[in-house]
This record gives sequence, C-alpha cells and structure tokens, in this order.
Amino acid sequence: MTIGLIARTAGRLIVPFIFIFGFYIVTHGHLTPGGGFQGGAVIATGVALLLVCYYYRECMEKFIPVSSFKLVESAGLILFICTALAGLVVASGFLVNWLNATGGLFGHAVAYGVNPGDLYTAGIIPVLNFAIGIEVFGALSAVLLYMFAGLKETTQEEDDAPASTPALVKGKKGGRK
Amino acid sequence: MIANLPFIAVALLMGISLATILLKKNMIKMVMGLAMLEGAVNLFLVSLGYRENGIAPIFTNAPEGADMVLPTVQALTLTNIVIGVATTALMLVLVMVIYKKYGTVNSDKMRRLKE
Amino acid sequence: MKDPSFTMRPGFVMVLIVLITLILLLPALGLTFGAPAASMTDQYYLDNSQTETGANNVVSAVVFDYRGFDTLGEATVLFIAVLGVAMIFRRVHK
Repeated sequence: MTIGLIARTAGRLIVPFIFIFGFYIVTHGHLTPGGGFQGGAVIATGVALLLVCYYYRECMEKFIPVSSFKLVESAGLILFICTALAGLVVASGFLVNWLNATGGLFGHAVAYGVNPGDLYTAGIIPVLNFAIGIEVFGALSAVLLYMFAGLKETTQEEDDAPASTPALVKGKKGGRK
Repeated sequence: MIANLPFIAVALLMGISLATILLKKNMIKMVMGLAMLEGAVNLFLVSLGYRENGIAPIFTNAPEGADMVLPTVQALTLTNIVIGVATTALMLVLVMVIYKKYGTVNSDKMRRLKE
Repeated sequence: MKDPSFTMRPGFVMVLIVLITLILLLPALGLTFGAPAASMTDQYYLDNSQTETGANNVVSAVVFDYRGFDTLGEATVLFIAVLGVAMIFRRVHK
C-alpha cells in the first residue's frame, strides 16, 4: 500500500534523529532514566518507520538483508558474555565490576550525594548498556522484518494503475461518465 | 479504600483480561488479552514500591531532602516487560502460521492438525 | 458445532470470572499504598550503591551490578525468541 511522497520524504529525514536519540538514551543509562532496553527499543522504532514508508519486496529486501540484523544481535550478546568473563580473569568473580574506581576508561570514583553527573564513571555498566542496546535493536528489527516477509503486499505497478471499475472513472470536468 | 486505587485497578484489569481470553473466539483477540494480563502484573509490581511523596531513585540533580522510591521492584518490572515482548512475538508468529494453513483465525473452525 | 459442555457455557464462565476478580481484590484490603512493609535491602541499595558501583542511577546499578544474572537470563530469552521466529519462517530449499 502506498503512502505518498510527502510522508516518504519526511520519514527519511527523521530517521537519523531517531537513531541519535536512541543512542543518547543507551549511553547515559547510568546517569539519567533509561538504559540498554529502553534505548534499543527506541532505535528499533526508526527501522519500523522505514518499513512503513517503503515497499518491502522491491526496495528493502535488497539493501537491508535480515542476516545483518541477526549478526548485530549476536555481537551484542557475545560482547555481554565476554565482559562478564573478563571479570573472572581480572578480578575474583563472574560479573564483577572490575572497571570501577581504577582510573581507566570508565573508572572515576563517585562520592555519596547529589552531583551533576560525570559520563566516565560506573565501571562496566556503560559497556553492558551498549551491548544490551545493540542486542535489543537487532532482535526487534529482525522480528519485524521476518513478519513483513510473510505478508502478501501489492507491488508498485498495481498501486499506480488507474482504477478499473467504470463507475469511479471521472470525466475531464469532474463529473461521472 | 479509595487510597488503594492502583490495587483495585490491577484486580479489574486481571478480570477483564481473563474474560477476554476465555470468551472470545478470534485468536488475535486472545493474544491481546494475554498482553493485557502481563500489563496488569507489571502495574502491580511497580505500585508495590511506592513511598509517600517519593522521588525517582536517581542522584543526578535530585531535589534536596526527599525520600526515594524503592528500586528493586522497578528492576523486576523491566525484566518482565522484555519477557512479555518475546512471548507475544512468538504467539503472533504462530497465529500467522495457523492462518496460512487453515485459512481462518476462528478457533471454532480449526479442529484437527493438518499436514 | 456440537453443544459445548457445562464448564464452557458463557454464563458459568462469567460467574467464575466475577468470583476470581473478587478474590483478587483481597490485596487492596490488606496492603497500604504509600508505605511498603519490609525494605531493608532496598535501603542498603539506596545508601551504598553510589560509592560501590559509581552509578548515579540506582535502578541501573541494581539491574546490571547487584542482580546481573537476571539480565543475562533475560538477554538469552530474547535471543531464543528471535531464534524461534527465524526457524518458523525459513525457506526450505528443494
């Protein structure tokens, strides 16, 4: 079903902003409300907008195959497990916060109380947020694309053809024939 | 009794979802009833952890001198929402396969397993 | 369509649902809305999570640090759901 040129162009313009907003929610998960799951769902909304605007069989299936989303999802889960296993090697247990207060990448220390919020705190929590974010994004987009592949859609020639019932065909001055 | 309004709303939502699952014949409406039941359970979990005049449990630019709400039940609700999404997606895919094989989504008209 | 049995008639089902809803109204009588009963672990999480984990958001610290195994299980459940959907919609090549 066609959706019109204005909606298609506006949808294509808005999608980068949706991606940036979702990425902001994922990255600031340890400072503001949000985190991995919420941000991943917002990023998947951008893909859903693209699916609504364009025909699946003609435009999307060639450019964005489903296997790329499955790859992204598996990479997210593997990153989560590797970060947890690194705690077993470096510190004393599985899923131990081994980056907290060490002075490394995410290792500033925080004192108790109200503060404006520093991005480089909280140990492995931002890394886990990023892994869960790309996993949820890949999973929801893959489910959407598989469900669209099972539907029967009209092609673009059937939508652009003039109406075939004679009662609806109007004359040149706008009246019925 | 009127102060416990969230718990009364939870009981009503659960009753309506049970009525939808048991009395409707369309399979997609049964899936909708199950999703509403999961929403009622999430509402119950979140409203168990409320403190009077509490603020969100976040320390970034928090207002001074206020109690914070309990954070553990919010973590349980987050997990429950994601599991609900996974279950609903699988159920809808099974309804699509049933429609392809039987030609109908009415649960009275499909009786035997077809090849 | 053959006659439904006694347990599936609409009148009996509605009486049962009204009965279950009345039983589910019991928590509304027993609990109070603004004062949770036992909150010793939650008070520990609120007081000590900022120095132990370094995160300002206590819910993120609980989800990813204090109860990290639940998040691992939940990520696996989501992965298995997508696996099930992909298995149903595969193309069988002859």
